[in-house]
Amino acid sequence: MQDFANADLIVIEGSNMAEAHPVAFQWVIEAKKRGARVLHIDPRFTRTSANADRHIPIRAGTDIVLLGGVIRHLLENELYFAEYVRAYTNASTLISEEYGDPEDLDGLFSGYDPATSTYDTAHWAYAGDTEQVARGLPERDETLQHPRCVLQILRRHYARYTPEMVQNTCGISPEDFEHLATALVENSGRERTAVFAYALGWTQHQGGAQMIRTAAVLQLLLGNMGRPGGGVMALRGHATIQGSTDIPTLFHILPGYLPMPTVGEDDFAAYTRKIGMKEQKGFWADADVYAINLLKAWWGEHATAENDWGYHHLPKLTGAHGTYQTVMRMLEDGVDGYFLFGQNPAVGSANGRLQRLGMAHLRWMVVRDFSLIESATFWKDSPEIESGELRTEDIGTEVFFLPAANHTEKAGSFTQTQRLVQWRDQAVRPPGEARSDLEFMVDLGTRIREKLRDSTDPRDRAILDLTWDYPRDAHGEPDAEAVLAEINGRHLTGERAGEPLASFGEMADDGSTMGGCWIYAGVFADGVNQARRRTPGAEQEEIAPAWGWAWPANRRVLYNRASADPAGRPWSERKKLVWWDEEAGCWTGHDVPDFPLTKRPDDPGDPAQGGAAALAGTDAFTMQADGRGWLFAPTGLVDGPLPTHYESPESTVPNPLYTQQSNPTRVTFRSEDNLSSPGASAPGGAVYPYIFTTYRITEHHTAGGMSRSLPYLAELQPEMYCEVSPQLAEEVGLEPYGWATLISARSAIEAKVLVTERMTPLTIGERTIHQIGLPFHWGRGGTAMIQGDGANDLIGMNLDANTQIQNSKINSCTIIPGRRPQGAERGELVREYRRRAGLVDLEHLEVDGAAGAPGAGPDQTGAVHTVRGPEEAAAVPTEESTTKEMRNR
Amino acid sequence: MARRTFLDWPVIRQLRGADPTGRGTAVTSERTRRTAPRTAAADGVTDSVCPYCAVGCAQRVAHQDGRVIQIEGSPDSPISRGRLCPKGAASEQLVSFSRRETTVRYRRAHGTEWEDLDLDTAMDMIADRFIAARRRSWQDEDEHGRPLKRTMGIASLGGATIDNEENYLIKKFFTAAGAIQIENQARI
Repeated sequence: MQDFANADLIVIEGSNMAEAHPVAFQWVIEAKKRGARVLHIDPRFTRTSANADRHIPIRAGTDIVLLGGVIRHLLENELYFAEYVRAYTNASTLISEEYGDPEDLDGLFSGYDPATSTYDTAHWAYAGDTEQVARGLPERDETLQHPRCVLQILRRHYARYTPEMVQNTCGISPEDFEHLATALVENSGRERTAVFAYALGWTQHQGGAQMIRTAAVLQLLLGNMGRPGGGVMALRGHATIQGSTDIPTLFHILPGYLPMPTVGEDDFAAYTRKIGMKEQKGFWADADVYAINLLKAWWGEHATAENDWGYHHLPKLTGAHGTYQTVMRMLEDGVDGYFLFGQNPAVGSANGRLQRLGMAHLRWMVVRDFSLIESATFWKDSPEIESGELRTEDIGTEVFFLPAANHTEKAGSFTQTQRLVQWRDQAVRPPGEARSDLEFMVDLGTRIREKLRDSTDPRDRAILDLTWDYPRDAHGEPDAEAVLAEINGRHLTGERAGEPLASFGEMADDGSTMGGCWIYAGVFADGVNQARRRTPGAEQEEIAPAWGWAWPANRRVLYNRASADPAGRPWSERKKLVWWDEEAGCWTGHDVPDFPLTKRPDDPGDPAQGGAAALAGTDAFTMQADGRGWLFAPTGLVDGPLPTHYESPESTVPNPLYTQQSNPTRVTFRSEDNLSSPGASAPGGAVYPYIFTTYRITEHHTAGGMSRSLPYLAELQPEMYCEVSPQLAEEVGLEPYGWATLISARSAIEAKVLVTERMTPLTIGERTIHQIGLPFHWGRGGTAMIQGDGANDLIGMNLDANTQIQNSKINSCTIIPGRRPQGAERGELVREYRRRAGLVDLEHLEVDGAAGAPGAGPDQTGAVHTVRGPEEAAAVPTEESTTKEMRNR
Repeated sequence: MARRTFLDWPVIRQLRGADPTGRGTAVTSERTRRTAPRTAAADGVTDSVCPYCAVGCAQRVAHQDGRVIQIEGSPDSPISRGRLCPKGAASEQLVSFSRRETTVRYRRAHGTEWEDLDLDTAMDMIADRFIAARRRSWQDEDEHGRPLKRTMGIASLGGATIDNEENYLIKKFFTAAGAIQIENQARI
């Protein structure tokens, strides 16, 4: 966060930082005081725009065209940071002859299989001898002239992303485009750096991962990665949403971004080789070590070399098993029990009606929260009870509501958005029967183990052999520090037995060490809870290394080797961060160097050894199998190695680039309750002519469980509303502060009308495009002080194939004056509009309980370059199928 | 209160004292002087972190007699420098809000109202249901005889304001039990 202040240019796109991250925004203001320029690119004019030097309104979902336009500008005019690009990126790498670009294939990359709607990513591989490629030494052309080198591919790929294309697609004037492009060029290079900040305005798209990738490509070309005031900053929305992906409660990964094994992966060595091979460059070469240490932490003395460290205890995936697939399974009575830990899907997840109907199909659910949220009371007062669609007496779901302890009532750690782990001490005991989730889990596990104690069933072995002996205090509360110490890991044998690991470098592959999450090794170094360190900021330099602890190794800027030139000298005095100290013979600087400490800048690397030893002295991207920053991603993404523009499925604008209208790998669920408008693809799309995009406001948090019951916050923002432009209000006949009803293909909701010039109608070709803003914090039912219709009820379960995250940011609707009908008439209104649009009710196909989701399954082809690195889950390659019409879950 | 004299007139006080611009001691009333911050009576102040967004603003939690009485931003933090947003500043109400539930509530299948249930009984019932769901829906292998060792009958969805340590145990135990549909707000 503080590093924003080091930037010369801050581009905030897909985020309303001033409102959603107000306290972090002080560093943007700080940067402005130091002379930085701030640009805000967003469909809405917001508090962020008000503090920016310029607000550029954009048509939602066209970010790849805009940033692709800047990439073209850099390449056509030779304005990229050439020395950085040559040394640190894969610009010179040659790509396989099999590669075909969407420019030549009308919107598809080579390797597409229309039967499964998936790609064979082998088509995008690096060129060269297989063994050499495996060692991170593909064919290269250092002159960057070869037609198959990445830079030339990039040049051709973005050749049509002209300022005119930007204007006609994004609704951004050539003048605004020029301003952005020039600002980026002027504020990058040796002396200056620019940073991008984004949030869910990029993530929540079908194609969201690729929007983020576009910024990464751009920042690599500009030489802004790994440098002070540079990078691509993900502004994450929850206290430990970063921690929830590092130490995940996500179906596709284990702690430390190790993938969950998929069916058929029964050979442990093959499993770890798929993550990282011994001969590849960088730190993923030791994937086997990280996996062994995790298994050893879980199964203790029962994890041995003979039984592959308990690897065969792990359940296997058969496709995507994300939260939306699970909802579909619930609707088919395929799920017995559902645990909610501080989560409110009845309001917070897409297609709220299906979420609530799904819960009515469960046998039992456990809701752990502070108050009776909508997900706890759906059986009593949900919109479906109101409409008569559900009857309380008919719902067979048993509900256990267990009161939860809040953040002051338990000790533990959060990992915030810059990977900083911060510990909270316990201030008071939780009231009544409120308990921490930690105590709940320890208690539940202990009870189940006790009940199964005498079981001889082999399936119970994994539970009974688990290490599950956590010390508790006098009140029965487990010691959270003991859990953090297990996550950190320790030596098990030898002289240092019992000692915490100081770093993941101390992890061994012979069972003499264990550690629950390799990237967190060091958080408990020297037996000290490093996350609890609180040396005041005023007593430290700005990077503040003695406040909390950042993974990995307390490093604050990833890939900071790139802050020095190839010879190891800072690019400039002004942007000095980490450099080579010739006298001391090591890397040094203001941050913990992200490089083998004593490896000289001119070290050629030792390909025979693999791993960190194989890195050359200029291989700054130490997690990549070739040591380079990837302009072209040969693996890791399921929808293409380069970002390319598609229209969102409900977009009312035809794709100006290809006849392929939308991302061909997108995931959706076929159901009459999850229909989509055809958008620009069919005349019926005109029934839903307006685009709506959801957002968050300062005074509320997500589904409202932590804000709509707090008197101050409830009073500050009491009502659900929609933001519309004066022109749209005029067109539709909406009265300021009156009511409007919004109707999508899924549902109809009502909202108060806020007519504001903050919403800009955009001119796209001959047409005017109207966008509507909707906050998503409200819901109906439960005991919250304030209630309102939920914006997520309007949204379908339509997912990005890389991340399985829903598209909340571009959906279409119509808007009419007045309140929505009550009772059964509400559903009738929705169906009436569907009929007008010619949407046919689809019957969704049966789930095969055993097989899970079909489709391509895991990417088996790209082992060499597979990155499951410290990116957010959104950017981590998936194991799951990506079928366009997911027939199964 | 003592009778006011001429010399106690604010403007006189201001000119006589060390505060000629009248922005400090000269303009404080007796009541202001007697007012102490709520935190002065605290038994202790605990370092914490705001539970809302991912900026990670440092909080200081003042407590008295086992109750939270005030939450403020910690000026020590190099990230937040003492500031809190409206949510963080209101977070004391996350402890004390009137609609907070502190006892277990139970809704039986087809029931129309909440019922009381003690925590120990509830935990035992959940453990039994967990074991039963696992038995009922266990999948040893797929149709090709390849090992699955899992249950699709149990699912979990966590918020992203639960601690790293809690996430770790959820993932550890549920995975060992064969439950794979373990998800989080990070997917949403």
